[in-house]
Amino acid sequence: MRRSHRSLLVFAVIAAAGGWWLSAPGRLPASALDGIAGDATRGEQVFWAGGCASCHAAPDAEDDDKLKLGGGQRFPSPFGTFIAPNISPDPENGIGGWSALDLANAMTRGTSPAGEHYYPVFPYASYAKASLQDVADLHAFLMTLPPVATPSAPHEVSFPFNIRRSLFGWKFLYLNRDWVVAGDLTAEEDRGRYLVEALGHCGECHTPRTALGGMDLSRWLSGGPVPAGQGRFPNITPARLNWSADEIADYLKSGFTPDFDSAGGHMALVVENLAHLPPEDRAAIAAYLKKVPPVE
Amino acid sequence: MKKIVAGTAMALLSMASIGLAQDEGPFAKEIEARQGLMVYRAINIGTLAAMAKGEAEYDAAKATTAANALLASANLDASMLWPPGSDNAANPESTASAAIWADGSDIGAKAGAFKAAAEAMAGAAGTDLASLQGAMEALGGSCGGCHKAYRVPTN
Repeated sequence: MRRSHRSLLVFAVIAAAGGWWLSAPGRLPASALDGIAGDATRGEQVFWAGGCASCHAAPDAEDDDKLKLGGGQRFPSPFGTFIAPNISPDPENGIGGWSALDLANAMTRGTSPAGEHYYPVFPYASYAKASLQDVADLHAFLMTLPPVATPSAPHEVSFPFNIRRSLFGWKFLYLNRDWVVAGDLTAEEDRGRYLVEALGHCGECHTPRTALGGMDLSRWLSGGPVPAGQGRFPNITPARLNWSADEIADYLKSGFTPDFDSAGGHMALVVENLAHLPPEDRAAIAAYLKKVPPVE
Repeated sequence: MKKIVAGTAMALLSMASIGLAQDEGPFAKEIEARQGLMVYRAINIGTLAAMAKGEAEYDAAKATTAANALLASANLDASMLWPPGSDNAANPESTASAAIWADGSDIGAKAGAFKAAAEAMAGAAGTDLASLQGAMEALGGSCGGCHKAYRVPTN
């Protein structure tokens, strides 16, 4: 309670100091996607790597129902409960009217077509690192999915977090497109870094958060409590995750740990998504995880 | 005399360890038992998966033993191991979600899916490697089906 009071105060100060004009959401230049054509087949791979369905499909969706992105899943947090919106291609209730540039502004800048800040429950802090080609491909794929006519429900977020302008401060602090793991990487590790840090947005759960709800990059992938829920997200740095690269890659396909325990909770959904990717991508994720600095 | 002393010592020891188990929480024994049951399943799935992946040579007899053990565990009445209140919120050693006991829980259907997958595996494991491999995905999926909905993440 005390912590949320403190973050409330900090939020208010940042919002006031920033000023209204400064807090306007950032956008890509209108020409950002010039010369980039979206390919729906490649976009399907981006879709599974990005885990879109795990939040935007119905809570218990299986198989083809995962392609009906009508939203509705609830995400409780210390700031309120967020409800996943409809991102099906329905023109009324979903994103059927969006251009690829609209999707790029949403995913890489956290900015809606109407010019509002999105809440970072939508993991744009990670998607910000996605390539614009991947976003264009994803847009092409999303437009092939079945439209769902369910309207998006409003988030259940109270003052001051309901003032979206204040998210300018959050973005200033946490919207950072630098790689967390820097230095010389092999081509495989580089691909793994892209999948983990950008599309897969693994850090959004596996990295502990600061009082303001940003990822604490100094403790990258070292796990932390589930916000407003039960259990803990595991530490997947080499300090704790001591499986071989092959064992990690196997787990990401089958859901089985080396001891044949099996993935639970949201991670089971992640495994279902990653099973759609080519084996080289799962091996790349494993190779990257081996390069992450160990954090106890 | 020695026997009596040793017997008494052992009895005391086992009483002490039961006492210890009870000190850990009201459902410590139930949680330990059901986790043991999960490990028993994991060991047998491990035997089958090693053959499916080609890490171990296919052995029809071994595969049948493992699949039958799995099916027996699926048919076991373990309802007394899942008393309400034995979830992760009050018992950090458990990874069971309170949703198991909540309104609208379909834990019974999920358990039924595991039983069906275990039955299919028991029918397939001894036939040949291709049949075993064919039954593996549904079996793995049935583990995930329950864990996805009803298990909380832990380190």
